[in-house]
Amino acid sequence: MIPLSWYLIFAAILFCIGLYGVLVRKSAIAILMGIELMLNSVNINLISFWRYRSPDGIAGQAFAIIVFAVAAAEVAVGLALIISIYRRRNSVVADDMNLLKW
Amino acid sequence: MSAEQIIFLIVALVTLVAAFSVVTSRNLIHAALWLILTLFGVAIFYVLLDAGFFAVIQVIIYIGAIAILFIFAAMLTRRVMQDTGPQTNRNWWLGALIALFLFAGIALMLVNWQGFNTSAPELANSGGRISQLGLALVSPDQYVLPFELASILLVAAMIGAIFVAGEKKS
Repeated sequence: MIPLSWYLIFAAILFCIGLYGVLVRKSAIAILMGIELMLNSVNINLISFWRYRSPDGIAGQAFAIIVFAVAAAEVAVGLALIISIYRRRNSVVADDMNLLKW
Repeated sequence: MSAEQIIFLIVALVTLVAAFSVVTSRNLIHAALWLILTLFGVAIFYVLLDAGFFAVIQVIIYIGAIAILFIFAAMLTRRVMQDTGPQTNRNWWLGALIALFLFAGIALMLVNWQGFNTSAPELANSGGRISQLGLALVSPDQYVLPFELASILLVAAMIGAIFVAGEKKS
């Protein structure tokens, strides 16, 4: 039987890898990929807490489904924004998107 | 060491290597393919956690829709895809340091928590869990409000994505 700690440590490592990707990548698409990794690790945490702490309840699964829906919406809007920016400025590098900077 | 644990360790190793390749590989298409492998690993974790329904929707939504959207976006912005310069910004060491500190903090907090090493309790009704979840999502005294909010959010995101990315005809 797998103890709960293995899942939690795995999810923590996955979250930190995703955070590293968000912080250091130049391309905005790669930053969104890092966000997907972080959302996945959160989902593993939610499902494993549901399985190990309250398998009779339904809250963990309901939360995970909402996270799925939010991730799908987030990536659709994010990639649409990136494509729109690419059309205007010919770049997807996050450092180049400085119209609001002063 | 039981068979489940060996499967867990192999899948965890493959998933973490794939996730690390997602954030380090230079070519965005390669990063998207590594992302697909990572998402498959997470789907296997859902199976190990007795949540087969989530493994299925992980494959359908994440791999079938989101990863394909990433590949689309990487191909539509193709000129920068084969960028020869470094793919990380100047402060990559700071990012790595922050990630390491965050992991150390989470690990410290988890080790001090007394429920850390619990093993899984027996599942009561293995057959009716999906129908129970479906009923909970539409019953008014449970999760019907978040469920409807999620559907409104998805419609808004779809309309917004079409509006933002669509060609403006002047």
